[in-house]
Amino acid sequence: MRLRNRILTTVGTLFGVAVLVFVMLRAIPGDQITAGLGTEAAALTPAQRQALEQYYGLDQSLFTQFFSWLGNMLTGNFGYSARQQQSVLDLTLHSLPVTIELAVLSIVLALLIGVPLGMLAASRTNSARDALGQVVSLAGLSVPAFLLATTLLSVFAASFGFNPNGQGFATLADDPLLNLRQMLLPALVLGFGIAAPILRTTRTAVLEVRSEDFVRTARAKGVPERRLQVRHVLGNALVPIVTMTGLQFGYLLGGAVVVEQIFSVPGIGRQVLLGIQQKEYAVVQSTVLVIALAFVLVNLLTDALYRVIDPRVRAS
Amino acid sequence: MTPLLEIRDLSVAFRTRRRDVTAVENVSMEILPGQTVAVVGESGSGKSTTAAAVNRLLPANGRITGGQVLFDGRDLVKASAREMSAIRGAGIGLVPQDPMSNLNPLMRIGDQIAEALEVHGVATGKAARARVLELLNLVGIPDPARRIGQYPHEFSGGMRQRALIAMGLACRPKLLIADEPTSALDVTVQRRILDQLEQLTAEMGTAVFLITHDLALAAERADVVAVMHQGRIVETGKAGEILAEPEHEYTRRLLGAVPSLSSVRVAEPERAAEDLVVVEGLRKVFPIRGTGEELTAVDAVSFAIPRGRTVSIVGESGSGKSTTANLLLGLDGATSGSIRFDGTDLAGLGRRELFAFRRRVQPVFQNPYASLDPRYPVGKSIAEPLRVHRVGGAAERKKAAAELLEKVSLPASMADRLPHELSGGQRQRVAIARALALSPELVVLDEAVSALDVLVQAQILELLAELQRELGLSYLFISHDLAVVRMISHAVHVMRNGRIVESGTAEDIFDHPEQDYTRELLAAIPGAGPSGERGGERGGGQG
Repeated sequence: MRLRNRILTTVGTLFGVAVLVFVMLRAIPGDQITAGLGTEAAALTPAQRQALEQYYGLDQSLFTQFFSWLGNMLTGNFGYSARQQQSVLDLTLHSLPVTIELAVLSIVLALLIGVPLGMLAASRTNSARDALGQVVSLAGLSVPAFLLATTLLSVFAASFGFNPNGQGFATLADDPLLNLRQMLLPALVLGFGIAAPILRTTRTAVLEVRSEDFVRTARAKGVPERRLQVRHVLGNALVPIVTMTGLQFGYLLGGAVVVEQIFSVPGIGRQVLLGIQQKEYAVVQSTVLVIALAFVLVNLLTDALYRVIDPRVRAS
Repeated sequence: MTPLLEIRDLSVAFRTRRRDVTAVENVSMEILPGQTVAVVGESGSGKSTTAAAVNRLLPANGRITGGQVLFDGRDLVKASAREMSAIRGAGIGLVPQDPMSNLNPLMRIGDQIAEALEVHGVATGKAARARVLELLNLVGIPDPARRIGQYPHEFSGGMRQRALIAMGLACRPKLLIADEPTSALDVTVQRRILDQLEQLTAEMGTAVFLITHDLALAAERADVVAVMHQGRIVETGKAGEILAEPEHEYTRRLLGAVPSLSSVRVAEPERAAEDLVVVEGLRKVFPIRGTGEELTAVDAVSFAIPRGRTVSIVGESGSGKSTTANLLLGLDGATSGSIRFDGTDLAGLGRRELFAFRRRVQPVFQNPYASLDPRYPVGKSIAEPLRVHRVGGAAERKKAAAELLEKVSLPASMADRLPHELSGGQRQRVAIARALALSPELVVLDEAVSALDVLVQAQILELLAELQRELGLSYLFISHDLAVVRMISHAVHVMRNGRIVESGTAEDIFDHPEQDYTRELLAAIPGAGPSGERGGERGGGQG
């Protein structure tokens, strides 16, 4: 019953995303032919143009285009990028792992910054450490990623000669060490931005849990402060922290376009961006749908985590 | 004998926005080893603060401003945080008030009890588990081997409180602070748990520092009773002596206000009157989420409310009394059966008719803190029903609010105040004034005085009786407190598991209960049992 509802809403969401991206792409003036040929497109004879439209399938009705695309996706045919001479599935299989790796690294960094600072800030409200937390989170929220990214890039490259992103991208399998060096700065930029909401969530949740009766009761039982903070306070503060982390993770899967572009990381965000520039409908549509699916899966994972953390969720 | 705990001239202050407010002032008392000492007082009297100062668990804005707390010869006021950690749990155990909020919801019951043993190095691993099983057994939790691995949400309130007692006594402390240990529980559960606690502490030789608002309960359970009022101890003495010969004026007032089974009734004698409400064969079934099963909350309930009379429904939590009240208020629809109000069946009413019906029936709920909008000035809250039902203009409504305030004995100037500036009793008066705004015929009082201190409770009950005489109101009074019910009711229905098990006049029910369940309820009232006999006639029909 529950599972069925879950699957139905997931399918509904994905279908909605598919319709939306399909319509929006076609609402943009121009198509793949004009984008590919530029000003030369004006010189096409009607016959040539018709032939090209037929080649790209643009001569069919929107209805047919939409459902043949969806039908093909279900069989694993994500479409073909004429520009890159590769199937979209192949492109995605290369870019998705890169993005996932970047997202995981960013989240880990964000948690390492946000959770301890949040706990520190909550440990004494309105103190110097609380102010420090506020400053860090305000900076994380207000400094735009492109600014931080370009600043870091120029500072590290110019002053320390550290510019691993200047050379061709190496995957984790190719050269793990180079890969991690290339991932360091982008993950830092993304992680810093995400650390802010995590810090704030942690601070609020910890403050709330700390004033709960059971924390006082644990104290009355003689539980030392450190153990109290970790076992009783942090444990109960985890649910909102996990929620926030899950949301940010989902956002990272599709939203790292700018950072990927600046650091030349061939992730899925960049794939969408190139697709939009070239008006390659198949690339954009299929990739966006993959991102949406990933987002949904991350949400499912977050829900599953609740069950691990909170026995009351398991019961209901 | 040297005292186990000696409090000398203890003062505690709370820092508020502007200044320090003294909550406890020069309090001195002592507890001998194995002795039970009760501190009695109303909310805000400083009794819980005194207890919290002993194991140094005051809220963040509270601090000890003077005096000593000598436990086993050591001054706890001067002890370091580390020393206090070692004493808490091992030397001084705590049984807190609210079983629902005092257990960590993410930890198994067994682990939480074992933690007390582990942090003090009493036992770990298998030895700790064995000891926890033994403790669960001692506090009367059946099937401990299964219960040890369960989480708090799988326990009932009474079971949770037993687990908390096990936790407080795990390391066999010399002193146990029990802060209103049973006030959140039903009376019959209350009695069983207090019995268990008494037996266990006697066996372990543990002294008990009992905090309670209930004078009868204190007298029944403690060797020595101290009465606190406005941060000071006004009277201390042997339990029996305090009840028999209260010396301080405040203690006398407190004793006089305690509703007891022997209290004089506020209500007038029964006269024939036509029925305003007739309930017949009422039944309400709720689906239980996720299981497909159903819960019958109210079943085959029939009763009538005559005009100008008070009809009470008593029962423990889960008995269906509040569901019955909601059905009568038209807040929820019955599964079957009928409620006729002034001859009209509620079930047949359309939206507009239901709206008109609501003018004639008004509720007053238990929690005066939650039932008033914190952003509305009192006058606006009182006038709101008038606004909703489009009665009068703004000026008339303002005048009406002032008159209503006077009717509930509050100054008309209070209309501009916000709820947080009022005391609990004042807020409940405001809630009553709001209920009266539309001149209803029936007022449904759902545990309307349960959250109030005894003195305030007595005043509100008097007010209700006065309003009934003056305005000819009918009341449906829902309560778990039999003593209060006796004071105010013309007719009483005892509910259990969704059914009415016994009905009669207040005299019938209290002096000649026919059902075992009613007898059990009566016997569970502190002060009604064999050890708590007080002056005056006793209520229960058995010893």
